[in-house]
Amino acid sequence: MREYIDGSTAIVRGALDAGCTFFAGYPITPASSILMAMMRQLPRMGGVAIQGEDEIASIGMCIGATLAGARAMTATSGPGISLYSENIGLAVMGEVPLVIVDVQRLGPATGGATTVAQGDVQFVRWGTAGGFPIIALAPSTVTESYWLTARAFDLAERFRCPVFLLTDKELATTLTTVDLASYPPIAVRDRTVGDGGPPYRYAPSDQVPPLHEFGRGSTVRFTGSTHDAGGYITKHLSTVDALNRHLSDKIEEHRGEIELVDADLDESADTLVLGYGVTGGAVRAAVAEARSRGARVSGLVVQSLWPVPETAIGRAMAGVQRVVVPELNLGLYRREIERIARGRTVVGINRVDGELIDPAAIVEAAS
Amino acid sequence: MTVTITPLRRYRNETPYPFCPGCGHGSILDRLSEALTTLAIDPASVVIVSDIGCAGLSDQYFDTSAFHGLHGRSITYATGIKLARPELTVIVIMGDGGTGIGGAHLINAARRNVGITVMVFNNLNFGMTGGQHSTTTPDGAVTSTTPGGNLEHPLDICGTVGVNGAGYVYRGTSFDPDLSTRIVEAIRQPGFALLDVWELCTAYFVPANKFTRRALESTIERLGFGTGILHRREVAEYAAAYRAAAEGLPPRSTPTPIPQSHASDLAAPVSLVVAGSAGAKVRSAARLVGEGAIRSGLWASQRDDYPVTVKTGHSVSEVVLSPRPVTPVGVTMPDVAVVVSEDGLRKVAAMVGSMGADGVVITVPEFAGLATGARVEVVDPAAAGSRIPKSQLALVLLAAAVSRRHLYPIGALRDAAASGAFAEENLAAIGAGAGL
Repeated sequence: MREYIDGSTAIVRGALDAGCTFFAGYPITPASSILMAMMRQLPRMGGVAIQGEDEIASIGMCIGATLAGARAMTATSGPGISLYSENIGLAVMGEVPLVIVDVQRLGPATGGATTVAQGDVQFVRWGTAGGFPIIALAPSTVTESYWLTARAFDLAERFRCPVFLLTDKELATTLTTVDLASYPPIAVRDRTVGDGGPPYRYAPSDQVPPLHEFGRGSTVRFTGSTHDAGGYITKHLSTVDALNRHLSDKIEEHRGEIELVDADLDESADTLVLGYGVTGGAVRAAVAEARSRGARVSGLVVQSLWPVPETAIGRAMAGVQRVVVPELNLGLYRREIERIARGRTVVGINRVDGELIDPAAIVEAAS
Repeated sequence: MTVTITPLRRYRNETPYPFCPGCGHGSILDRLSEALTTLAIDPASVVIVSDIGCAGLSDQYFDTSAFHGLHGRSITYATGIKLARPELTVIVIMGDGGTGIGGAHLINAARRNVGITVMVFNNLNFGMTGGQHSTTTPDGAVTSTTPGGNLEHPLDICGTVGVNGAGYVYRGTSFDPDLSTRIVEAIRQPGFALLDVWELCTAYFVPANKFTRRALESTIERLGFGTGILHRREVAEYAAAYRAAAEGLPPRSTPTPIPQSHASDLAAPVSLVVAGSAGAKVRSAARLVGEGAIRSGLWASQRDDYPVTVKTGHSVSEVVLSPRPVTPVGVTMPDVAVVVSEDGLRKVAAMVGSMGADGVVITVPEFAGLATGARVEVVDPAAAGSRIPKSQLALVLLAAAVSRRHLYPIGALRDAAASGAFAEENLAAIGAGAGL
C-alpha cells in the first residue's frame, strides 16, 4: 500500500517512533506543521508538547525536560535557529541530547518564509559561540526524513549532544507517494542513565559519560559554565582543557559512526555530482540522465553534513577530475568539498531565487 | 519509581558563600535552606535552577540537584523540568538582571501557572558585571550606567506576574524575619509562585547611593509597590492540568494507506501546474488529483507555491503523475497548465507563455486569449447544469484535465473525493468537470 505524505509528517512519525516524549516550538513557516502535529499527538502518548512564548523558551524547555528524563525535539526555521543560538551552546556544553529540526527557508532575516533555500548549512555548523563540533543530518526524501529523524535521536543519545536535522520548505511540504513497505525499521539506543557520582567525565577524552537525570534518587548537578566532573564551576587549567578537548574529541574521534551518504558510484567516472537535501533529488535525476547520454558520472547524496563525511566523499572522488556541487545557496558546502578536493576542479551550480535547480543544469555541468 | 525520602538537617553544604560582606544573598539562601528543612523534601528531588550573576552562583552551596543555565532563561529550563517530571520541586534563583532579559519568560510562566517557585534576588543593579542599572533600579538612582541618575521607571515584578495570573506573589526584603515561612508557602502553592526579595548590593548600589536598609524599605514604599503577600489565588498547576487535558485529545495518527481501485495506462510522467487564488481550494483540489492517481496505481507528487498571506494572492500547485516513482525536482515546463484565476495567471504567465504546441492549457472563457504556444482548451463553467462556486473551479478544471487527457479513470478521482472531507461538493465539482 502507498501513502501520500509530506516530509513534515515523516519527521513527526520518525520522532514518535524514536521515542520522543517532549516537544517545544514556536510557530514559524515552514516548520509550523511539525509543531501542530506534535501538539495533537504527543499528549495522548504520555508526552508533552508545548508552544513556547518564543524560540528561546522553546529550546530552553527542551533542555530542561531532557535533564528530567525526556527525549526532546524542537523544530524551527532559520530565524528561529538565530534565537536558538545561545541554547545550542548550552546543550553542547552541558552535553544534552536534543534533536533540532531546521526547516530552511530563504534568508537572511525574515527572507522568504514560503521559499526554499539551503542557506543554513554553515549556520547550523557554526551557529553558537566557541566553535565546537556539531552533528547535522540532511534528508533528501520523505523516507529519509523518517529514518534520519530517528537516527538523529540515536546520535543525540550516543554522543550526548544536540543533533540537527536540516530540511527545507520543499522537502517538508511537498507531497510524495511512498510505499509503506519502503520505510526501513529504525533502532534508537536506550539512554544510559547515570546513577549517583559525578555527572561528567573527561577521560578518556573521546568517551561519553551517561546522562544523569533529575528525579532518579541521586542529586544531579548540571551547568553551562566551564565545570569539573562534579558540575562545579572551575578555572583549573588542566580541567578546563580536558573538558573542552572532550567536547570535541567525543565527536571528532568517532566520525566514522556518524558518516552517512547515498552513493551511486561509477568506477570509471570522471565527474562526481555531489548534493544534499532537496537538491539530492536533482542529483539523482541528473546522474541517471547523464548516464543515459553516455556520460561517466558518479552521484553522491550526503546525508550526514556535519562532521563532513570525508572518508565517503574521498572514496567517491577517487579517480574523478571534476566535482559538481549543486546547492540552493552561493556555494556554502562547496567550500568543504574544495577543502578536500586535492587539485580536482570543483564546480558549483547555485540558485538563490527560491526555485529548485533543474536537473538539466546539472547534466550540462556534468557532461 | 520509588524514592526513599531522606530529608537533610540543612540543605546548605559546608562551602562558605562567595558573596561580598553585607550582601543579602547569603541570608536569603539561609532562609531557603530553612524552608527546605521545614518541608523535609528529598534533596535529590529539589532542583535549584540558577540564573546568571552573583545569585546564579547559589546552587553550588546546596546539596540539592541543580541546573545552572544561561542568563534570563532559568524559567524556561525550570518549566521543561517541571513539565517532564511534575513531582520535582523546582526553585528558580535569579537576579533582577534575569527578570529583565528574561521578562517574556517571567510573564508567560506566571500566565501558565507552571508549578515552579521563582526567587528574585533583587539588589537593584548588576552586581557581578560592574554595577550597571537593571530593570528594577529605582528612578533617580546612580549606577555605573546611570551616572546622572536613572531616568527609567523600575519594573514592578510582583504587579506584573500578579496581574497575569500567578498563584502566589510576595514582596519583602532579605531582612524579613518571616522569609523562610513565605518560601515554604510559595513552594507548597501548586501554581506559579514568586518572591521578590529586595536586598543591598554592598559592592555597588550601596556606595553609589548611600543606600541603607531603611532606604531600601522606604524606596518600596515611595514607589507604592507594596510588601507582604500581594497575590494568592487558587490556580490549576499547568503540568497537572496538561495531563488531565491530554485525555481529551485524539490518539496518535497512523499512516493513511490509499487503496488501488483503478488502473491507468499512463506510460510516461505527466506534469500539471494548477494556478489559482489562495484560499480557493487549489491545493486541496490538486491533492485529490494526486490521490486519484495513486488509486490508479500511479506515483504522484505535489509541490505548492503560495505567498505568506493566507487567503490573498496566488496559489500554484505542481502535480507530477508517473507510472514509476519520481523524486520531485520542480516543474519548469508543464505538460498541462490549468489556469483558474487572475492571481494564478499572473504567477504562471511566463511559464504558460513559453509552453509549446505539445502542451495543453485548460482554462475558463475569461482567459481564452492568454499568450501561449500551447493548445488552449476552454472549459465554460456556465455550461454546467448547476452553478459552480468559485472555490470549486480548480477541482472542476482539474477533473476536466484528468478526463480529457485520460490521465487515469475519473472514477479514481471520485473515489478519492468520496473518502475525504467536503465529499458531496467535491463529487459535484468532479462530475461537472468531467462532463464539460
